[in-house]
Amino acid sequence: MSFGPPRPRPRLTAENRAFWTGGASGELMICRCGDCDQWLHPPQPICRHCWSENVSPQPASGRGRIDSFTINHQPWMPGLEVPFVIARVALEEDESIFLTTNIIGCAPTDVAVDDPVVVTFSEEDGIFFPLFERAG
Amino acid sequence: MGEPQAYISGIGMSEVGVRLKRRPLLLTVDAIREALDDAGLVAGQIDGVATYPGKMPTYLGFSPVSSDDVIEALGLKTRWHLGAQEMTAQLGAIAAAAMAVKAGRARHVLCFRTVYEAGALADPDEYPPMHRKEVSGASQWTAPFYAISAANWVAQYATRHMARYGMTREQLSAIAINAHRNAALNPRAIVKEPLSAEKYFAARMISTPFCLYDCDRFTDASTVIIVSAGDALDEITATPVRIAATAGSVERYSWDQAEWPGSYATGKALWDHSDYGPSDLDIAQLYDGFAFHPITWLEGLGICPTGEGHRFVEGGTRIALDGVLPMNTSGGQLGAGRLHGFGFAHESVVQLRGLGGDRQISGNPSLAVATSGGGPMAAALLLARD
Repeated sequence: MSFGPPRPRPRLTAENRAFWTGGASGELMICRCGDCDQWLHPPQPICRHCWSENVSPQPASGRGRIDSFTINHQPWMPGLEVPFVIARVALEEDESIFLTTNIIGCAPTDVAVDDPVVVTFSEEDGIFFPLFERAG
Repeated sequence: MGEPQAYISGIGMSEVGVRLKRRPLLLTVDAIREALDDAGLVAGQIDGVATYPGKMPTYLGFSPVSSDDVIEALGLKTRWHLGAQEMTAQLGAIAAAAMAVKAGRARHVLCFRTVYEAGALADPDEYPPMHRKEVSGASQWTAPFYAISAANWVAQYATRHMARYGMTREQLSAIAINAHRNAALNPRAIVKEPLSAEKYFAARMISTPFCLYDCDRFTDASTVIIVSAGDALDEITATPVRIAATAGSVERYSWDQAEWPGSYATGKALWDHSDYGPSDLDIAQLYDGFAFHPITWLEGLGICPTGEGHRFVEGGTRIALDGVLPMNTSGGQLGAGRLHGFGFAHESVVQLRGLGGDRQISGNPSLAVATSGGGPMAAALLLARD
């Protein structure tokens, strides 16, 4: 879902394509090292832990925890409907990996740090933006 | 002969304002003239130039003047110059200049930071706004979620601090109130009046927990710091201030991947490079692009324990001009204007020389810390008057 104006659109590259289009099959695609099994984000062609180049996008569970958030009140773009929640979600697979996202499906004032959340995708013109809803 | 030293030998600042008509290169020249006069130097003695972040053609208001522009415009003959975004943070340009003079690559380096974000907004034909329809690099991980401003990114660090350590908005408000009180005593500040708690709490929210007064605002100005070699001080007429230590760090490129701001790693590292400790500080000039930043610097520098920064500033007495550690005595960026890091070095020198006028702290201060940066990158300078 958009909050008014179209979302700024990521320019697709070999590295980020799986992340931004994985939602087409309902999957949150996060890079993972095939040698040391560590998850990596943002996507890159080498593992930052063991320097293996055996790195590929893999489906993550889509579950996470709200590491932090802010209720944005400022219309940074013309027509932006405020307030809404911008959050940083720590992934269940590795809590040191964060995704900036929006929390939807509840009132902004109901959001709290440490809330469990699950991914949902919002498609705009072929890009599947991973947003999150509170779980349960 | 001891090991080579680097000193701040001169400081200068242009007019500071919002939507200034004077072109940014000329604002830079105004600040350079003032700094040269201050140091007692002439242009022919300058053999180095350094700036952060270098000219940014895609976002000219943020950085409209390159070191090359200054060298060309003023006919300087340099042996060393730098304009770089990929470095620790704003004050990293001054730290690099200190390394250059210590290494003998230059004797007198003009360091500058010129900002023209307000003027650029008012003149979009000359300074095209940043294109936001398609994003790449680090901003692709934040902008698609309308997390467009650093206010959104830093606000999340602040929310996190509140959740972990119990910081309140009342405690946070002490930063902005202190900044306004000091700015009212600074003739160059863009803020002219003190801020009451009532006015703070009545202000509109930008991005929780930040209200309008917790965010610096676009400013047009240039700030210049001249860094000179220790063996060139006989050419200087002003009181030199020694760059006693520098530190900087960056751990992650995308702002949202750093667990905490770089102020923690940099603050700790600063003391590793000096014989001083946090209790030796007479003044703290701590980056305040947003009101939360100084909390992280107070903790990162070890001025108070991690998780206690909000209690340190509570009520504003410790950080006031007559407090145990006067902070952001010029008004910082929240009060004096968004000089983007360099203002903290400038004000440190003013105070260490005793030239702060109505805002001068008492007690003949001899040691100051100046910091910059609020995301994953950070830089700090320890400045001493011997």
